[in-house]
Amino acid sequence: MALKLFRKRAKSKVKLSRSFGGTLMIFLFLIIVGAFMALPIVYSVIQSIKPFDEIFAYPPKFFVKRPTFDNYIQVYLLCQNLWVPLSRYLFNSFFIAGVGTFVYVIIASMAAFPLSKHKFPAKTAISLLIIWALLFRPEVTGVAQYMIISKLSMIDTYWSMLLPPLAGTFGVFLMMQFMQTAIPDSVLEAARIDGASEYKIFFRIAMPSVKPAWLTLIIFTFQSFWNATGVSYIYDESLKPLPSVLSSISSGGLARAGASSAVAVILLVPPIVIFIISQSSMTETMAHTGLK
Amino acid sequence: MRLAKKKDAYAIPMKKQIWNARASYILLAPFLLLFTVFIVIPIISSIVLSFTSFNMLQMPKFVGFDNYIRMFLEDDIFVKALKNTLVFALITGPIGYILSFVIAWLINEMNHVFRWLLVLIMYAPTLSGNIYYIWTFIFSGDSKGLVNSSLIKMGIINDPIQWLTDSSYNVSVVLVVIIWMSLGSGFLAFVAGFNALDRSYFEAAAIDGVRNRFEELWYITIPQMGPQLLFGAVMSISGAFAVGYANAAITGFPSSNYSTHTLLLHMLDYGTIRFEMGYASALAVVLFGIMLVTWIAIKKLLSKIS
Repeated sequence: MALKLFRKRAKSKVKLSRSFGGTLMIFLFLIIVGAFMALPIVYSVIQSIKPFDEIFAYPPKFFVKRPTFDNYIQVYLLCQNLWVPLSRYLFNSFFIAGVGTFVYVIIASMAAFPLSKHKFPAKTAISLLIIWALLFRPEVTGVAQYMIISKLSMIDTYWSMLLPPLAGTFGVFLMMQFMQTAIPDSVLEAARIDGASEYKIFFRIAMPSVKPAWLTLIIFTFQSFWNATGVSYIYDESLKPLPSVLSSISSGGLARAGASSAVAVILLVPPIVIFIISQSSMTETMAHTGLK
Repeated sequence: MRLAKKKDAYAIPMKKQIWNARASYILLAPFLLLFTVFIVIPIISSIVLSFTSFNMLQMPKFVGFDNYIRMFLEDDIFVKALKNTLVFALITGPIGYILSFVIAWLINEMNHVFRWLLVLIMYAPTLSGNIYYIWTFIFSGDSKGLVNSSLIKMGIINDPIQWLTDSSYNVSVVLVVIIWMSLGSGFLAFVAGFNALDRSYFEAAAIDGVRNRFEELWYITIPQMGPQLLFGAVMSISGAFAVGYANAAITGFPSSNYSTHTLLLHMLDYGTIRFEMGYASALAVVLFGIMLVTWIAIKKLLSKIS
């Protein structure tokens, strides 16, 4: 039975054996770590469907006795009183996260390709700058960034939420690391001899061979765009994203304790959906199959 | 002498090199433009500000190395924050890095659906920006906290423990929460890296006499995973030394007796509350320096392994 849980190893006839005891140890380890990771999340989901008196019951219970959607209804009702309709916030969030993720994955990969596979002047310097920039904390660069954004008169526009994250070096570094080994130089050479342009090589050869990398990058990028509140750049209520309004709902003290767990769960849903779509399309026959 | 001259004659002139690589620059251009405007210029201006006294109202005033001298000689809390940061980073960084790699390795053997379900569970704590607030319920200091009430029920303690404010406990609580969140970007990169491995090597290795999975991991997998291991290391370093947000959310800001105070929180204190941007920038430069030194050391270590 346990055998089915493991994927088939390459068509090899030679098999590395695994003892029953070893399998058991691995499962025990994964179950313990998995429980440690999952239980707090499960607890916050349970908190969000507890009625008011159970949240403050003594002694506290992990599980819920009378599950209710009251907290979610409360969030919905609180949203009805907003000056700007909820659908507007939803649109803002999905628009920024969707466009931002799409554009970032493309420009980061475009930059990573020459940095990992071409030779040209200033290549090493640019690569080093990209890694070093990851180590400089953005908390103090905010002032300069704000001045630049306001000079470009992008305060109170979507641009202020889109452009600064698009400059992040994280994705370029990730794609660079994958492209280094996943794309054999011989394949690039062959394509060049056949007369393919670098742009064609990038879209037709480089990108398909690092699919696991950009599928993963989609998760990270969507997540960071989705969680952004636009706090110092957006003052126009109709341009604000969902997290900003939901966090103001949840900061209403004890009376909103249930609502705030509901908010946390609601905000968790879109990243999880993106995560599942991305991870489940990461099939096994990848990378090298098309290139041999 | 002669040889050098000959070599020069064959070398392609710089202009020509740049022209030949025009496709590379065009591919780089969109990112590089944004990177320069929104990252490089702000970082350079922060480094310049670290040599000034700047309160965001008046013009910055040049003060030389005063900010740096003040840090080590006058600011006791900085020394404490530095010590805490190093303790947090040295414990959580390696644990998180190794845990990420080991779990990604074990998960890689699973079948498709089972694998991404496990990845989801392991990555879930990092999925939402601030879900760690739930730990304040679990470790709440009154008898209504989940941990306190269970311990009282079991008869281990009589009075609730102030997990979050007592400085002999709150460091451990924060460590637990940070390790809970440590399967982050490095972990997903490892999962994707394992997935992209060239399977034909394993077959060859099995024929060549690799006896068990540990040998396979050490001789075949790790050398192929070099780039991902480097990526994970950078992310671990930048995460481990920039510890602070979870500390503040769980134990308060500032924490009692500054017991969980870190360099990042010290920086936020001066940058966003006291508006001493010059000093805050100097703190950022010091933090950057620590991370850079660690990065160079780890890079050397990793290149020895793979």
